[in-house]
Amino acid sequence: MLAKIYEWIDERLDITPIWRDIADHEVPEHVNPAHHFSAFVYCFGGLTFFVTVIQVLSGMFLTMYYVPDIENAWNSVQYLQSQVAHGQIVRGMHHWGASVVTVMIFLHTLRVFFQGAYKKPRELNWVVGVLLFFVILGLGFTGYLLPWDNKAFFATQVGLEIAESVPIIGPDIKTLLAGDPNIVGAQTLTRFFAIHVFFLPAALFGLMGAHFIMIRKQGITGPL
Amino acid sequence: MHRGKGMKFVGDSRVPAKEHRNIPKDYSAFPGRTEAFWPNFLLKEWLVGAVFLIGFLCLVAAAPSPLEQQADPNNAAYIPLPDWYFLFLYELLKYEFASADYIVIGTVGIPGLAFGALLLAPFLDTGPGRKPSKRPIATGMMLLGVMATIWLTYESVVAADWEAREEYSVENVVEVEVDEGHPGYEVYMDNCMSCHGDAMQGAPTLGPDLANLPYDEDQIKEIAVEGIEDMPAGIFDGSDEELDELANFIVENTSVEADGEAGDDAGNDEGSDEESDENSEEDSEDGSGEEQEDEESDE
Repeated sequence: MLAKIYEWIDERLDITPIWRDIADHEVPEHVNPAHHFSAFVYCFGGLTFFVTVIQVLSGMFLTMYYVPDIENAWNSVQYLQSQVAHGQIVRGMHHWGASVVTVMIFLHTLRVFFQGAYKKPRELNWVVGVLLFFVILGLGFTGYLLPWDNKAFFATQVGLEIAESVPIIGPDIKTLLAGDPNIVGAQTLTRFFAIHVFFLPAALFGLMGAHFIMIRKQGITGPL
Repeated sequence: MHRGKGMKFVGDSRVPAKEHRNIPKDYSAFPGRTEAFWPNFLLKEWLVGAVFLIGFLCLVAAAPSPLEQQADPNNAAYIPLPDWYFLFLYELLKYEFASADYIVIGTVGIPGLAFGALLLAPFLDTGPGRKPSKRPIATGMMLLGVMATIWLTYESVVAADWEAREEYSVENVVEVEVDEGHPGYEVYMDNCMSCHGDAMQGAPTLGPDLANLPYDEDQIKEIAVEGIEDMPAGIFDGSDEELDELANFIVENTSVEADGEAGDDAGNDEGSDEESDENSEEDSEDGSGEEQEDEESDE
């Protein structure tokens, strides 16, 4: 039945090449853990992507309850965590996922670095990868404020002071992030929410797309 | 690919009519044991994902995500601590050469240099060799960076007082239902709120919660004016009338007996007084114990 539906669509729209372009590529022996167990180091990139998907999905569900407002933010998180069915698990996945994705992207970076995989012709892919690292750290930083508990508030204040210490443009960066030169408050929370949920994910998806297209174009690096 | 004359299309569209679609490519001519990503490799790879997901969910189930008490911008005693992946930067800023007058070195200089070098690694390390041993400078710098990051993170974790931080956890919140219509409420907010919280829940390291206090009104008046233990004298600033209202407010809202019966004054007062007397004996013992502990820790 499904096959017939697929055939029907494919005959009219020729969709096979679209996904075949993505699906059809070779997996060389040296990166296949089924043949060489040590090749598990090649899994780190894929696992980073996997956790990123978990973060996106769990984050989407969190926004169903979260309220980006200083009166209600903490209460909504507390409610989600203590009253909502499985809310504890969804928030737990997002919270721990943030740590795990950082570990994974760190390991992936080390693997690529020590194998010298960033050398010609893959320089651009390395640059995009490091930018992805920055975006992930930025997501961690902005997401940290959202529960609006003591830890979030004071850590963010320190973070903003660090931003402020940048010569010349520092105070402007702080105002851009916090919404005010001095106050860490309602404006800061909504801005961090917007950055965490819209701006950085947009950058993340764009960079990830570029990262994967480049990998497909160039193929995996050969054995050392 | 078939082009030009004799090509058949689906209807009047530009979609070519094909007989054979959807046949995977053949990688048998590739070196080694190369296999197709789809579907051969993916059918094995999902196992890695599944095992990883199980481990991840075990972590989630075993360790509920922490939540501290709601942000209190007035709490000047709170020691900020970022999430673990920023601890290295936090610790770096404690060094003399990276703080105060040299803060720019700590916030922009060193991290900018490190992350800048990471970003531009392919253009800094342009030699043809890929093996780590053939590019000792790049490898050495990276090892140095990783070790410094791990060391700074470790130092920061060891230096943090995790037990004190635990007090801020949402699980340690003391809930007191406060009658905000009471005339003493405003006096409380003016004089006591900054240390004991807006709902008598207390604030870690500043002031204890005021739930189930073992004191009667006169004792509370005395404490408010003269202080007790760490609480200095002269905190209360107001008229005698306000002091009466304050003491009445605190007793009515925090004594177990008064809960929900704030209206009945007559019959219950005696009962609650007896209760509080018993409590005060227990608490004075507790109090002396705490003092002893304090002395020990001072030594």
